[in-house]
Amino acid sequence: MEAAVIVTADATVEAQKQHLIDPEICIRCNTCEETCPSDAITHDARNYVVDAAKCNACMACIGPCPTGAIDNWRIVARGAAHGVDAQLGWDVLPPDDAPATAPAVAATAGAVPAVAREPRGPGATVPPASAAHPQVNLHSPRAPARAIVAGNFRITAADAASDTRHIVLDFGATPFPVLEGQSIGIVPPGVDADGRAHVARRYSVSSPRDGERAGYNNVAITVKRVTADHGGRAAHGHCSNYLCDLAKGDAVDVIGPFGDTFLMPDDPAANLVMICTGTGSAPMRAMTERRRRLAHGEGAGRLMLFFGARSAAELPYFGPLTRLPRTFIDVNLAFSRTPGEPKRYVQDRMRERAVDLAALLADPRTHVYVCGLAGMEEGVLAALADAVRAAGRDWDEAWDSLRASGRLHFETY
Amino acid sequence: MSAIDYGERIPNNVDLAGDRALQRALEQWQPDYLAWWHEMGPEASSSLDVYLRTAISVEPSGWANFDYVKMPDYRWGIFLAPRDEARRIHFGEQAGDPAWQEVPGEHRANLRRIIVTQGDTEPASIEQQRHLGLTAPSLYDLRNLFQVNVEEGRHLWAMVYLLHRYFGRDGREEAAALLERRSGDGDNPRILGAFNERTPDWLAFFMFTYFTDRDGKFQLCALAESGFDPLARTTRFMLTEEAHHMFVGESGVARTLQRTAEVMRELGSDDPRAVREAGAIDLATIQRYLNFHYSVTIDLFGADVSSNAATFYSAGLKGRFEEGKRDDDHRLGGMTYRIVEAVDGRLAERDVPMLNALNEVLRDDFIRDSVAGIGRWNRVLEKNGVAARLVVPHKAFNRRIGSLAGVRVSPGGEVVDEQTWRLHERDWLPTADDRAFVASLMGRVVEPGRFAGWIAPPPVGVNRQPIDFAYVRFG
Repeated sequence: MEAAVIVTADATVEAQKQHLIDPEICIRCNTCEETCPSDAITHDARNYVVDAAKCNACMACIGPCPTGAIDNWRIVARGAAHGVDAQLGWDVLPPDDAPATAPAVAATAGAVPAVAREPRGPGATVPPASAAHPQVNLHSPRAPARAIVAGNFRITAADAASDTRHIVLDFGATPFPVLEGQSIGIVPPGVDADGRAHVARRYSVSSPRDGERAGYNNVAITVKRVTADHGGRAAHGHCSNYLCDLAKGDAVDVIGPFGDTFLMPDDPAANLVMICTGTGSAPMRAMTERRRRLAHGEGAGRLMLFFGARSAAELPYFGPLTRLPRTFIDVNLAFSRTPGEPKRYVQDRMRERAVDLAALLADPRTHVYVCGLAGMEEGVLAALADAVRAAGRDWDEAWDSLRASGRLHFETY
Repeated sequence: MSAIDYGERIPNNVDLAGDRALQRALEQWQPDYLAWWHEMGPEASSSLDVYLRTAISVEPSGWANFDYVKMPDYRWGIFLAPRDEARRIHFGEQAGDPAWQEVPGEHRANLRRIIVTQGDTEPASIEQQRHLGLTAPSLYDLRNLFQVNVEEGRHLWAMVYLLHRYFGRDGREEAAALLERRSGDGDNPRILGAFNERTPDWLAFFMFTYFTDRDGKFQLCALAESGFDPLARTTRFMLTEEAHHMFVGESGVARTLQRTAEVMRELGSDDPRAVREAGAIDLATIQRYLNFHYSVTIDLFGADVSSNAATFYSAGLKGRFEEGKRDDDHRLGGMTYRIVEAVDGRLAERDVPMLNALNEVLRDDFIRDSVAGIGRWNRVLEKNGVAARLVVPHKAFNRRIGSLAGVRVSPGGEVVDEQTWRLHERDWLPTADDRAFVASLMGRVVEPGRFAGWIAPPPVGVNRQPIDFAYVRFG
């Protein structure tokens, strides 16, 4: 489920995009239920349905569905998603223009990420040509790997509102190979209010492939303590609070690794354009650190980073980032809540750097990575398109080429 | 064949590149497979560029790589669902033991037999369907046929992998024999009856993929519970592809019904002759095709009382559909199950030990699943204002296997004498005239976006492509 805003005649209502299965096209083959990593899909003798409270729009079920029935989305007011019981009784999907509480979807509905409606999705479905081969699914929920916490550090300023942490997990003798861009799943211990095991949460690794501490079997993740939902209301993120409260020496159950497309090129001459917000910086830090350790001089590809946060104090890794030499990485920061200054988002910074960005995008060795909240996708795509067009090139062609050659990747949530 | 780039040529997650013995076995078998494909695979198709889905990994994002491929160049891969190190046998006498990673000596013959029987159906269906490409009602349908064909081919690879990897010399011999039997051959036929029937036209193909591939689904589901872990993991991944085959069947029949209903509405008539003259397939003919494919397919589950089924279950080789979701003791000793048989000219029910009735248990699970889909077909008729409905014949109708074999039973479930059967057979099963009529509608349509007059276009294309996409390119 992803957040967006829809506007009714008299008020702004927070909306969400709900994933639904078309009962007229579905053949009840169970492939989606088998695939779903969040156990969000269930069925009875009549229908297969998606539980809006569990679906995180990870899209894992979309490709395997043999019918196309899986790929349906409706915008509904938050809190008014179609319930599982209602869906089980459907013969047809509700009309596309009638959300559950029937607010009119006004022009700003365009803020809804385009991911589900794009013919092929905004990003590539193949990894970069020179990416290393990833290992995936080595450890399942039934047999997770056990890791020990080697460190848990706050990486936002002590007085910042958000508590974001850099957590290092050591796997000891258990194999857990990861590449930059992959994610791991954390299974919190215990059961939820309904007596069921907690659902695993995924976190991108923020350390390079040879470990946070090079040569040791350890992995770092970046975790923001969730204390409010997308609408700003108080909400207790079970998994993030569990992780943020861990002490050195605690044991953690980990599954994965996951992901076989959002990977960095191994070609040292490849350029990386990295666009992220908040904890979306995790894979960018991993890739940057990988390049830093390789320490290539002449002929090394360029690194260009666009990084957004509410303020400098809330920018994860702010200190280390500003100490990297400009010749190694071209850092562009955007702060949306700096007192006395206008709000600036990553796409604003991208537009300011459109000329340099277009020059990089014209190079077939350039790879683009976007990670952060799903709402950023559209703005980032528009900024990329404008930069390419301003340089006199066709965006659709460039976009197709980026996707087909595994050079444009999105990881949003 | 020593220059195969394992991993690229044969996508796999079984470390083929590091297993020399397996490489040697497959290097012997692969040329024979390609020779068989050229001889018995889809007719006149080798030079076509087909928009196919290739599985290149077991990750959700790896199941569905779409691109144009010439079928002999299709990358038939070997995939097992990810291994669960803690997996244990969860039914039968050895429930609770760790799942076997190698074949236990005492179960070797039975496991080989199970794998060979499953494997034999895969090339058989390709052989049965080999002429259909010449009469495809659209490029969309032609592409779906070829997708089914290459995936049946991959399922053969999956079974051959198990034979080569785990069964030594006999496994290699069995793998070779899978390429030697031929569907419908008098001297060396395929193992199971339904796989020696012809699939002469597209209505038969849709019925076959709806019913007979659904038998495949239930067999694979039962094997995916197996205590022999490599078999369980192999079949679990195969199920993802089997789903596509049932989709082709379910949507194919639904689209045929849609067109028939449209024609009936235009004519304002339900007269079968008028419907036929308008170039659509009348509902009575569709019902007779359904009766035939349904009854032939439920025979595939085997005899209703079977000691083999009991042995396979108790030994932990083959479980029930959704074994893990059932809440009995998973040993079934002392439990009973009700089967149907004919006694004194009437159908009667009898309780038999559940262990011996496991074929019937699986058949009944299949029937429930089939009936649900037929309900969805009837909704197509309902939406189009057609009052008639398709019905599932009684499970005793037209059976050749088990205690109902040879008993004459009407679709409604009445036992009838031979004379009554002869009188009504033409109303119950497709006649030569039905088949000739359906055959007369079969003509190849190759213009993108056009569909033969007896079938409606699908509601959505493949992989979000438009309906008029060039799903097959003629070189």
